Amino acid sequence: MRDVPPNPSTSLADRNLAASSSSRRRQLLVALAATALAACVPLGVSDVYAMNVMILTLMYLALSQSWNVLGGYCGQISLGHAIYFGIGAYATVIVYLKGGISPWIGMVVGGVFASWIALALGYFCFRLAGHYYTIATIVIAEAALLLVLNWEWAGAALGLQLPFGPDSWATLQFGRNKLPYFYFVLALSLLTWLIAWWIEGARWGYWWRAVKDDAEAAASLGVSIFDSKMAASAISAFFTAVAGGFYALFVSYIDPQSVFGFQISLLITLPAVLGGIGTLWGPAVGAVLLIPLGELTRSYIGGSGSGTHLIVYGALIVVISLLRPEGLVSLFRSSKPARGAQA
Amino acid sequence: MLEVAGLTTTYEGLVAISDVSLKVGKGEIVTVAGANGAGKSTLLKTIAGMEQRQSGSIHFEGERIDGVQPHLITARGIAFVPENRRLFPRLSVRDNLRLGSFLFRKRPDRDAPLDGVFSLFPVLKERLGQLAGTLSGGEQQMLAMGRALMTRPKLLMLDEPSQGIMPKLVTEMFAAIKAIRQTGVTILLVEQRLVESLEIADSAVVLQTGRIVLRGSAQEVRDHPDIRSAYLGA
Repeated sequence: MRDVPPNPSTSLADRNLAASSSSRRRQLLVALAATALAACVPLGVSDVYAMNVMILTLMYLALSQSWNVLGGYCGQISLGHAIYFGIGAYATVIVYLKGGISPWIGMVVGGVFASWIALALGYFCFRLAGHYYTIATIVIAEAALLLVLNWEWAGAALGLQLPFGPDSWATLQFGRNKLPYFYFVLALSLLTWLIAWWIEGARWGYWWRAVKDDAEAAASLGVSIFDSKMAASAISAFFTAVAGGFYALFVSYIDPQSVFGFQISLLITLPAVLGGIGTLWGPAVGAVLLIPLGELTRSYIGGSGSGTHLIVYGALIVVISLLRPEGLVSLFRSSKPARGAQA
Repeated sequence: MLEVAGLTTTYEGLVAISDVSLKVGKGEIVTVAGANGAGKSTLLKTIAGMEQRQSGSIHFEGERIDGVQPHLITARGIAFVPENRRLFPRLSVRDNLRLGSFLFRKRPDRDAPLDGVFSLFPVLKERLGQLAGTLSGGEQQMLAMGRALMTRPKLLMLDEPSQGIMPKLVTEMFAAIKAIRQTGVTILLVEQRLVESLEIADSAVVLQTGRIVLRGSAQEVRDHPDIRSAYLGA
């Protein structure tokens, strides 16, 4: 309503709302370059312990990025993602042990099953607002842990052991050289990153962020709050379960506490919180810092007093939430225009 | 077009509006006046599906819409610009507008209202890349209305559009509302500024503690002795 000088050179960009894709393309290139770089690391590192730490780091990167889809982009903070991780792990092992079916299929089965569980839980839990939702996720994951602890057919508290077989990509079993696991989980990390990247530019991604920022305003623009949460939840659960399946194959032995336990939920959540919730790079930055740090403290100090690594995690989170509540990624962003500002 | 009959909405146990009936014809501007707490906002929120009615019915284009979820009401062609605008402050102007347009699947459908929005509010075009939170109050109101228009509504409901904007922009805001009506959009307007809103409205209702105490054409309401003494200072 202000007087604006007539602008005869109305460019095409003003006639539609498609955002410039150049910054998105740059992000994609950075991710591909980072992946390529990471793929070269094993050429210089042959130490078994270092390899284990790298694999776990990438796994938690993928997990936290999956969590980020629901927690970061859609704003539904789950502290019970261990339920999906555990479902993925158990589904993969059970399908292989009891049905002789390839773990590749097992991981997808676990993913789909976890998505269904996520939808069923979401149907009830997404009626709860904010903190109540978060509390419900903790309680439900703990209930799942108790169920599996008492499930004789699935090994109960003893868990399940994968038989040792020859190294093979078909069964994803590699006894000695863990390098293939590294490449598998690197690919999974990239995939989850690509999902988040795709979401940032997609209609659903805009909806989810709108639901996170102001659900009522989103509804007034025709966004279904419930459907948005359900969709984000299903996608998040799927990839969490796939990573759970990977974990089972990697360690070849699972028990309820190690895959359904609350510490898994924490480790899934923390990298994103540390790095930056709802950002493309937050989970990666967080996982690369947090997981090696946790592993190192656990192996060097943890021997006598186990749980030292948890103190380190806790201290980090306190520091971050006091100094940089938006996560470490926001340190890099201050010099650049904020997201969406690149016209 | 919109028919509200015997609508009662309670808010946390208190009756916010009681037995409100209202008709809005196609292409009209109807204004709802009343003091703070008279239930004006509750009326709009109930129509938009964000508050649940206690009793009564709401029909839009002959179909009953009370009890329908808010996002589906938007999809049927009722856009609601809530009080305080409710923009997404950390998103750019462009992305705020996009969020309105995402109701449609196809790109041409999404971009179709854009020329109209820009000719109404040229400043939005200049500010496309700016974060919505950094706009002035007047610009934010324009963006909120522009965003609502991106959903291509048949009925536009505005809650206090003149609130929090510079006095000299208020006249222009009312001119814009009039211009929106000229494009065929029906308007239900909640306003405290009775004088200005009666100038552009076809008819008006006055709410007092949740009940309609006066209704009529804009002219009739303006000439009513109670209104003249209470609002117009004459």
